[in-house]
Amino acid sequence: MTTLTLGAAINAGLRNSLANDDRVVLMGEDIGTLGGVFRITDGLKAEFGAHRVVDTPLSEAGIIGTAVGLAYRGYRPVVEIQFDGFIYPGFDQIVAQVAKLHRRSRGTVKMPITIRVPFGGGIGAAEHHSESPEAYFAHTAGLRVVSCSDAADAYVMIQQAIASDDPVLFFEPKRRYHVKGEVDDRASLADAKPMGIASVVTSGSDVTLVTYGALVQVARDAAIAAAEEGVSIEVIDLRSLSPLDLVTVADSVRRTGRLVIAHEAGQQLGLGAEVAASITERCFEYLEAAPVRVTGHDIPYPPAKLERHHVPDLDRMLDGVDRALGRPNSLSGVEA
Amino acid sequence: MTPSDRVATGLLTRADGFVQLITPEGERRADPDLDRWVVDIDTEALRGLYRDMSVLRRIDSEGIALQRQGEVGLWPPLLGQEAAQVGSARALRSDDFVFGSYREHGVAWVRGIDPADVLRVWRGAASSGWNPYDYGMAVPQIIIGAQSLHATGWAMGAKWDGSDAAAVAYFGDGATSEGDVNEALVFAASFEAPVVFFCQNNGWAISEPVGLQSKQPLAQRGDGFGVPGIRVDGNDVLAVLAATRIALDRARRGGGPTFIEAVTYRMGPHTTADDPKRYRTDDELADWRARDPIARVGALLAASGLDLETLEREVEVEAARAAGALRASIATMADPEPMTVFDHVYAEPHSHLDRQREQYARYLAQFDDGASAQTEGGAR
Ligand SMILES: Cc1ncc(C[n+]2csc(CCOP(=O)(O)OP(=O)(O)O)c2C)c(N)n1
Repeated sequence: MTTLTLGAAINAGLRNSLANDDRVVLMGEDIGTLGGVFRITDGLKAEFGAHRVVDTPLSEAGIIGTAVGLAYRGYRPVVEIQFDGFIYPGFDQIVAQVAKLHRRSRGTVKMPITIRVPFGGGIGAAEHHSESPEAYFAHTAGLRVVSCSDAADAYVMIQQAIASDDPVLFFEPKRRYHVKGEVDDRASLADAKPMGIASVVTSGSDVTLVTYGALVQVARDAAIAAAEEGVSIEVIDLRSLSPLDLVTVADSVRRTGRLVIAHEAGQQLGLGAEVAASITERCFEYLEAAPVRVTGHDIPYPPAKLERHHVPDLDRMLDGVDRALGRPNSLSGVEA
Repeated sequence: MTPSDRVATGLLTRADGFVQLITPEGERRADPDLDRWVVDIDTEALRGLYRDMSVLRRIDSEGIALQRQGEVGLWPPLLGQEAAQVGSARALRSDDFVFGSYREHGVAWVRGIDPADVLRVWRGAASSGWNPYDYGMAVPQIIIGAQSLHATGWAMGAKWDGSDAAAVAYFGDGATSEGDVNEALVFAASFEAPVVFFCQNNGWAISEPVGLQSKQPLAQRGDGFGVPGIRVDGNDVLAVLAATRIALDRARRGGGPTFIEAVTYRMGPHTTADDPKRYRTDDELADWRARDPIARVGALLAASGLDLETLEREVEVEAARAAGALRASIATMADPEPMTVFDHVYAEPHSHLDRQREQYARYLAQFDDGASAQTEGGAR
């Protein structure tokens, strides 16, 4: 066991992957000499050389498109997108090429590309630096989408993503990069929990609160706050957004009878809608209230001074829990 | 052959790599192509350019200071790029339209935009700071290179309208690698759009040297697209002014797009969040300090008999006033009201968002003070 920040845990996972498989290459803007703007690749160029940790020209379409060619050639590219909002110039390559090539080649061409994306808000950043674009990718067949929420998971999941023969969008909760956690750096990857399985991070019996990424910690805090009011919340970290581990969520909802889904991304056609619909289909007769979504608004990410009115916080989550419990809440007495 | 024609045939480069009218030592160089474009720049006008650049430098450093004091979230400094921005922007007419990136505080200044309105956005207090139509300058662009297409489209429209106004797209050396910039060059050439691509090659794209983006001088980037290039000393305000005037003249006369590479240097960090010590040497910085765009104009003015010390004192007063005004603007930059997060998402009513707005208003009303508790750890 060792204590690492979430960012350092990803760095350690990348180092292992580079050391264990010489077909793994890291690519991105400023990832070499600078070690990335968040220093997640710090030291790796010095250790593995400029041909393994590659500073690329400033072009997201270029980075992802050449990663496709490298994958054709048998490489396992790990791409860094500098900030969430900068993934869109590469969007076409991801959804039209990366996602489809295994299918189009009838399984002969593998696309083991990992696309790392620092995502989400809450750091007072400028425009385009705080987005939550995960639903675009979860909506696209052929891509796996995951998000870690603590150092231990980050360390394991990045290695699993790189080892996967499928393309993986790896969403890193940037506002948690500096948060420390225990990391088991001795355990074998083979024994680790698979990437596609959700975690119950706090057990509870009254409400199931499902989220991922940076909001997992907010949900934990909400569970503590609710416990003081006598409400027992079960917090689930989805970890994988495509596929969703609906088995774990449904199992919990069958026990609690109530579901709240929280994410920073906008509500409309987001992950929350998918979880709510899927769980309603599976657990209709167990539900004692309609599933509740606690999400960002359906607006472009606001300027920093307003972001606390956009990103769900503890109070917004508890309000959602109240809605699920039928207690007084922001929607009390309102016709839908 | 007119200079515009020489541009079209790629002649406007020099043996030493770029066109120049003022050397780093402050000597005026004669240039057969450029001189006639700046005949109106007498000592008085040169003083004006000196003053612009000096005040700008001070505003820029005030932006950094305000960031360091926590008043502003982030600031991208333009230190070293004053001549490229002032020289090019001074060549524009008011009916021309600028599409900048995020570092063009100097261009905004020349367009008459209050630096406080630039600061407002970096403070995180607003999504944009000015009305583009009031100043002929689009809102800043953070997505690298996107504005080059917008400028091209604007220019296509201007041409279709029978106007002789031109668009200018400002972007960096790194931006030339993005698809958008290359696609803009295709469109501009195909439609002979009256657009000037003004690339400030400041040596670095955050930590990446320009050599990673291009093996050739960037001025040649346009060649294959049919867009002629000019490579100009970007720290020479007079040469930049001349080069931009040539490109604009060409655009106005139906000659189509021109690519200008202003060779300059970002003397500060990429932004206040960056540490350039990790990727570049002190020697390199010192080398470029010796080519300072302001100092060389000062030296030229002094050589022409002007009392530089008096000018410096005058300029200092003016710069201090501008910096003071910028600092003072913070006091009146109130944080926006919570419910404004829903403003301007759509031009027309949108039932889903309207409902969400109502819902959030109801949510806020639950709190005594009408404002939500802080993110993480707040209590009801
Ligand atoms: C599409 C996109 N990708 C990445 C970034 C992150 N980023 C911001 S500035 C920058 C470097 C830009 O360099 P350059 O174009 O040379 O302009 P400069 O900042 O030097 O003026 C990068 C990579 C971005 N803003 N947009």
